Amino acid sequence: MSALLDIRQLSKTFHSGKGSVSALQNINLAVKEGEFITVIGPSGCGKSTLLKIVAGLDADYDGSVKLNDRQVTGPGIEKGFIFQEPRLFPWLTVEKNIAADLSLHKPEIRKKVDELIKLVRLKGFEKSYPRELSGGMAQRVAIARALLRNPKVLLLDEPFGALDAFTRAHMQEVLLDIWQQNKTTMIFVTHDIDEAVFLANRIVILKPRPGTVQKIVPVELLFPRKKSSVAFQELRYKVIGEFEKIEELELVDSGAGI
Amino acid sequence: MSASTEITKPGGYKRTTVFLLGSLLPLALLVFWQVLGELGVISTLLFPTPVTIAKAFGKLAATGELWEHFRISIARAALGFFLGGGFGLLCGILVGLFRRTERAFDPTVQMIRMIPSLAVAPLFVLWFGIGEESKVLLIAKGAFFPLYINAFLGIRNVDNKLFEVARVLGFSWFKQLIRLVIPAALPNILLGARLSIGISWLGLVVAELMASTSGIGYLMSDARQFSKTPIVFVGIIIFAVVGKLTDSLVRLLERRWLKWRDNYQG
Repeated sequence: MSALLDIRQLSKTFHSGKGSVSALQNINLAVKEGEFITVIGPSGCGKSTLLKIVAGLDADYDGSVKLNDRQVTGPGIEKGFIFQEPRLFPWLTVEKNIAADLSLHKPEIRKKVDELIKLVRLKGFEKSYPRELSGGMAQRVAIARALLRNPKVLLLDEPFGALDAFTRAHMQEVLLDIWQQNKTTMIFVTHDIDEAVFLANRIVILKPRPGTVQKIVPVELLFPRKKSSVAFQELRYKVIGEFEKIEELELVDSGAGI
Repeated sequence: MSASTEITKPGGYKRTTVFLLGSLLPLALLVFWQVLGELGVISTLLFPTPVTIAKAFGKLAATGELWEHFRISIARAALGFFLGGGFGLLCGILVGLFRRTERAFDPTVQMIRMIPSLAVAPLFVLWFGIGEESKVLLIAKGAFFPLYINAFLGIRNVDNKLFEVARVLGFSWFKQLIRLVIPAALPNILLGARLSIGISWLGLVVAELMASTSGIGYLMSDARQFSKTPIVFVGIIIFAVVGKLTDSLVRLLERRWLKWRDNYQG
């Protein structure tokens, strides 16, 4: 089976007045349809940059990024994107935010919006304005808004980073629920190891300066997963172990610099 | 606890209380004025008492003269406002959306903005005649700028993050305009409309005082020449009251269209 998303030899360099910084170097990743990938790494490893490139929000890169065998050149509805903040339109109600540029007067849109509202558990809040919602609810509206467009892949950039621990755990379950029902391919950037292990089929661990793939860890645990289970904790230690390796490398690097 | 029931919610006053609170100062002033006039402390020729003004108002209203002038003034102000304000809104949106139009257009507009209406009023009369055109255009010139500047400012204040959302969701150019740019700039646009309406009234007075044979401004300048100060005051009061009413109308629209806002309400 060929990959839905195929990233080959991807490199990205930021140029500024002071010189250039290599943000990503030789990234290779193939994502199959329906897969749940989490990308994790310390800050500055380029995980958000990687996601922006896949979304088409940053077209200035070297290498190839192909979605369904077509080179990514710009943003589009086949690539749904969830930002860290919900970024809802404050002047639109929940249902109109989900519809956004589409008309709720069309019966097929109306029907899908109603289904999505049920899916993200927001029944009863259709006519509420964003200022009346909690952070978790607003982020669920953003997810519904992306899903309405039937994206081939949903890209999530630390979507639950600003939420408290309880809301975050709840949102993770909602997202898994959506994933199992819709079979949407997910690429989920996070800096939370528990979150990465809890959600993923595969965890991509990035290391910084320049951003390269340190390791790809497959997660074969069955859903629903228990964070307290031994198997879960073993995987968690494995990921933490990889992070420790990164830190040791960094120490060696900086030591060599002196 | 019994004390908690006595706490008044902010903004939770009754309508009549709000109205009384607003009329307290003007009413006290009127009474004070009347008393001073009766006592002969102030000259009733320069400051006719409220009762005299009311009588003058009654007389003008009874003959129907007042309504005729009023109708003409309103029509001029409205036409000037919609012409100048509408054009200002359109230009403000175009200049706000495109940096290139801003560079080409804005410096000239800012230069014209600085020219006082009074300075060009005689020229307008020469160019467009003494008829309605010069008056309406003078009002339109004034009404143009507040809407232009505020529409421009409103668009430039739109959160760039929302533009990124519009790109990700694949908005068409038109949808981006009507679902994102205009709603986001609406608070500023409505503020611009309020200011434009105010300027329209000012322009109206300039136009009608200058050269006119009708309208409230004419009524005032005519009365002034014959030292009929009560009529001058009638004109002033009409401007104040109608001005406030039109302003309230826009604020009503603000409340209806901007109810999504989550700002400090005082």
